[in-house]
Amino acid sequence: MTQLRRLFLAPAGVIMGVLFLVPLAIMLAYSFLTRGAYGGVTAEVTGDNYQRVFDPLYAAILLRTFVMAGTATLGCLVLGFPLALFISRAGPRKNLYLQLVILPFWTSFLIRTYAWMFLLRDTGLINSALLAAGLVHQPLPLLYNEGAVFVGLVYGYLPFVVLPLYATLERLDKNLLEAAADLGARPWVTLTRVMIPLCAPGFRAGALLVFIPCLGAYLTPDLLGGSKTVMVGNVIQNQFTTARDWPFGSAVSLLLMAIVMVLLMLLIRRGGEKLV
Amino acid sequence: MKRGLGLYAVAAYAFLHLPLLVLAVFSFNSSRFTIWQGWSLAWYRAALQDGQLGEAAWNSLLIAVASTVLSTVVGTLCAYGLWKRDSKLLSGSLYLSLVTPEIVTGISLLVFFQWIFRFLHVQLGMHTVILAHIAFSLSYVVIVVMARLRTFDASLEEAALDLGATEWQAFRRVTLPVLAPGIAAAALLAFTTSFDDYVITSMVAGVDSETLPMVVYAMARRGANPVLNAISTLIVAVLGSLIVLSERLRES
Repeated sequence: MTQLRRLFLAPAGVIMGVLFLVPLAIMLAYSFLTRGAYGGVTAEVTGDNYQRVFDPLYAAILLRTFVMAGTATLGCLVLGFPLALFISRAGPRKNLYLQLVILPFWTSFLIRTYAWMFLLRDTGLINSALLAAGLVHQPLPLLYNEGAVFVGLVYGYLPFVVLPLYATLERLDKNLLEAAADLGARPWVTLTRVMIPLCAPGFRAGALLVFIPCLGAYLTPDLLGGSKTVMVGNVIQNQFTTARDWPFGSAVSLLLMAIVMVLLMLLIRRGGEKLV
Repeated sequence: MKRGLGLYAVAAYAFLHLPLLVLAVFSFNSSRFTIWQGWSLAWYRAALQDGQLGEAAWNSLLIAVASTVLSTVVGTLCAYGLWKRDSKLLSGSLYLSLVTPEIVTGISLLVFFQWIFRFLHVQLGMHTVILAHIAFSLSYVVIVVMARLRTFDASLEEAALDLGATEWQAFRRVTLPVLAPGIAAAALLAFTTSFDDYVITSMVAGVDSETLPMVVYAMARRGANPVLNAISTLIVAVLGSLIVLSERLRES
């Protein structure tokens, strides 16, 4: 078997090597070089690029990215748990309800983000409706701020918490819930003291599954955010386009990758991939 | 409590689905403003007559078909090989590529292509976009096909080998037919992710390879545009049906 297996793995190995690992290695090398006069890089080795990430300007963006990703994750968990609970109790319609959660996730992230621009902008649906109803006299500033980015991220990644939470709820030992009720616990107490603690693995996996993509979010802050909601993804893009500082952009990218890798290992160690 | 949960679910599903539904409804609005005036197909007519859009859609289709065929073949073989015996390095890089932020994937490919171009006399274009799409859709294919293989009874293949089939014959005649629905599901998924992608594509595209999402992005940036609502509705309708089909195949 080994011969055929090797033959089967070779093309994928070449593709992953050449189009994934080598590009990352080049970025790693660039991150220790110096920016050339007209963009590009010069062969002067330095560690300054990594130091610059912690300049107050970039440290603030890094911090904001963590806060944004954290609040979006929290939002997803809070909104996702009751939905997962509803689906797990839906009987024969479970699968349909689950599909309805997954479906929008696979249909064009770009267009789903645009849909929120359509709803939130000054001439958008919400403001048009409010103006027409005479509830406001000027359009509310709904787009291009942190709130819009938060909504966009929660909307984009909600399915990522519903799936693992649903999986843990399905495996929950129903006897424990009955025991709690028999011992006189009211539904609310059973929920907060028995059910939610038992779902901890689902919460952990869901949190990581949302937090990881939110950290690297680019399109959402780009389209829904303004100049004050720049996240790490936008900094990276900017360094390779407008600012033309490839070494610094590479350093930021690799730092982001390092954080993502640590989180991924946490997820795998917790057995998170089995929950999806 | 039960009723509360039901009401909550209605609100949650509205949150997940209303934005696209509202967009679809307003794509049929006869007014160019966000105030309902009556049904009209004017924006669809305008979208279909737009030459730039047509060209971009054609590019997207070519890229999606080419990258889907290649990543499905390579990914299926890879999943089978990994199923026989795991390779930590390969499955590790597949997982890592899955969680790598799109902007980092796009930038690293741009840097890589620019570096290669020092030695080869080529430029960014359709070929670089196709290569990039193969790279990011490969892990989706491997994961979907692998899920199918996990439910496959390995003793069927052993029986074929015992009866004198070669390894290739056992794979080709026994395993592959069983995997077919999973492979089809994986291909549909690869197709939609390729057709949809903006972030990575915009980094590695050249002047001759503007894709539909790139046009959509540029239009969204420019401001309110009812034609964009019509295009968006068409894309979501087509890709949405492919995804439903893919889910059906995965469960069959």
